[in-house]
Amino acid sequence: MNAECFVSPHDEYRIQQGDYVVLKRGDIFKAVQIVPKKKIIFEKQWFFLDNAVGNLYSTTFEISSGGILQPQKLKETGTPSDLKEAGTDNRNIVDDGKSQKLTRDDIETLKEQGLKGQEIIQQLIENSSTFRDKTEYAQDKYIKKKKKKYENTVTVLKPSCRILAMMYHGREPGKICHLRYDTLAQMLTLANIHARSKVLVFETCAGLVLGSIMERMGGYGSVIQMYPGGGPVRAGVESFGFPAHFHDTLHEFPICHVNALLAGDLDTTAKDPTADEKLCFLFEVSGTKKRHKWRPDLLVFFCFYQAQERKVKLEEKRKKLAAAAALLEGRNADGLVIASRFHPCPVLMTLLRFLAPSRPFVVYSQYKETLIECYTKLKEQGGTVNLRLSDTWLRHYQVLPNRTHPVLLMSGGGGYLLSGMTVAVDQSKPAASQRSEEPAPKRQKLKDTEG
Amino acid sequence: MSFVEYSDCIQDGDVAIVYLGHNSVMPVKVQQGAQTQTRYGVIRHSSDLIGQPYGSKVTCSKGGWVYVLHPTPELWTVALPHRTQILYTTDIATITMMLELKPGSVVCESGTGSGSLSHAILRTIAPTGHLHTVEFHQQRAEKVQEEFTEHRVDHLVTVRNQDVCKDGFGVTGVADAVFLDIPSPWEAVGHAKAAMKRQAGGRLCSFSPCIEQVQRTCQALVDQGFQEINTLEVLLRIHDVRTVSLPLPDFGPDSRSDGVEETSPNHAAVSLKTTTPPREMPGHTGYLTFATKPRT
Repeated sequence: MNAECFVSPHDEYRIQQGDYVVLKRGDIFKAVQIVPKKKIIFEKQWFFLDNAVGNLYSTTFEISSGGILQPQKLKETGTPSDLKEAGTDNRNIVDDGKSQKLTRDDIETLKEQGLKGQEIIQQLIENSSTFRDKTEYAQDKYIKKKKKKYENTVTVLKPSCRILAMMYHGREPGKICHLRYDTLAQMLTLANIHARSKVLVFETCAGLVLGSIMERMGGYGSVIQMYPGGGPVRAGVESFGFPAHFHDTLHEFPICHVNALLAGDLDTTAKDPTADEKLCFLFEVSGTKKRHKWRPDLLVFFCFYQAQERKVKLEEKRKKLAAAAALLEGRNADGLVIASRFHPCPVLMTLLRFLAPSRPFVVYSQYKETLIECYTKLKEQGGTVNLRLSDTWLRHYQVLPNRTHPVLLMSGGGGYLLSGMTVAVDQSKPAASQRSEEPAPKRQKLKDTEG
Repeated sequence: MSFVEYSDCIQDGDVAIVYLGHNSVMPVKVQQGAQTQTRYGVIRHSSDLIGQPYGSKVTCSKGGWVYVLHPTPELWTVALPHRTQILYTTDIATITMMLELKPGSVVCESGTGSGSLSHAILRTIAPTGHLHTVEFHQQRAEKVQEEFTEHRVDHLVTVRNQDVCKDGFGVTGVADAVFLDIPSPWEAVGHAKAAMKRQAGGRLCSFSPCIEQVQRTCQALVDQGFQEINTLEVLLRIHDVRTVSLPLPDFGPDSRSDGVEETSPNHAAVSLKTTTPPREMPGHTGYLTFATKPRT
């Protein structure tokens, strides 16, 4: 039975207008939104996504002339050449750059004639003097390489943490502090991110870390983003395409108020409303007067309207701050995740105070030294156990019959993590001794001291 | 307490994790009137545990002390009694992300083994997802079912005692993700495909220690039309934070210096805060092969 029969009004498996999606070709990804008649440029090709709407996610499309997408027929995966003729080794193959008879112009002509990728590759094979001398494996490799270059397909994927993390790491690692996707995976698990918990996040990774946490919470519980500066950066969160109600669980709190909150000095109650109103009105008048000198009667009306708007916005902002403060005040958060360009030490030492005992925390840093500092401070202060400084080593493999081996290039590094668990702070004993968290440790034979 | 939701205080019937020191944890079934022996002495459940907040320090009879922690799948992985070789957190974390698991996901897994990965999956898919796990060894299947019940996650999981290669997962067309950790995964690829939802995008993962197994599995995946087939391995490197003292050599009095000596006999060493790698580390656990199911 054809799966296409089951179309419901809001089908999460089908591409809809306005959806946030990820385009994929090979290992290249790009996050875009489906907007009618909008020209998208991806991998040196331009096209419109209008035709994608209504199709299932993970459909691969061919880009035909005019930038129109056509769903690819499923049969098009066979090798173009039926010729089994192949050589045994390359002892007689001379690489003089002259084996391909078609010129660049010839190939352009073929493209203009509307030949599909598969057909162009067939032409290239037929016009190559050395193709049939290559070994079967070399032929395979040649075809794969040409496919990558000439096939003009694009796959439309539903966004997920996995896809977006790989995309950011491949495209714009600087924006995410060079956080590699497997390191992000470790963070989400070590911090025990799950539905119905209360998680604190401090990140400057374009919202990727925040979005990943929200995905793992599924719209349950709450996430409080602590942010430096004027406002929280969340561009990456949009790309996840979360349903609207997920944003109800997301709160933000500016770090400039953290000390006040910890001291109990933060006042988030509503101030005198009329004073607010007057202030807003005066502010609007001073600003607007400069622009609208010619209509003094409209001026008054306009200023009054703007002042009301501003008052409403300020009140909303105050309410949000109060809500976030209420969530934090109890100092009973369930998890803490830090991943930023800021020095992690002060961030960690301050935000840890909001965590309940027996809860995990994870700190990411591009640099090991900053985490060594954190580790040392935590050992001195006490109140944490199971501290671990780690990183992960990641390697991909090519798996083909008789050609299985690790891939030639591998990631040099993916950043470092410091993870641990909070415990009840010991009120009776001062936390001065270096070993206060480790009961009766074994003597070490080496001169080195741990921690 | 449950493995999928936090609570604040230890209660009768909970499973708690006792932290004894670096890399040393043990699970404890909390029971009114019971006692637990540790190397630091006895823990009396009624007085020391029940009613205390998780994270508390508990002083044992011999005077030494421990911490009592709320269970998490990560602590369970390190504390659980092994019935088989288990998956550790590094692989589990990678699998969780690459399979795109989240609340509401429906997952099929085989073999269940000691339940290390199972607990992590349950934590991630709660409260609305479901795990269908298949284990062909009868006693292991029974033991893991007992643990799921004790850990208050049994409403999220169905354990089936059967051979996945012959009989599949017991469900069809429902799974968002399938995980295989069995000797001959290529024999289960067809069943995995059948268990998965018909729409495209379902994720599959196969874990195998041997490269030959990986090769056969990849071939089966290609034959069954899977896409985005990708094999990788991930290894954890731990860095031991240490203060190291390096002695400075004495080359004798320096005639070039203007009398201000930096290296008097009293300062014959430099202290350095650094990390050292462990002497040995796990160099291999298994190869992880991922793939995406196309529409069927």
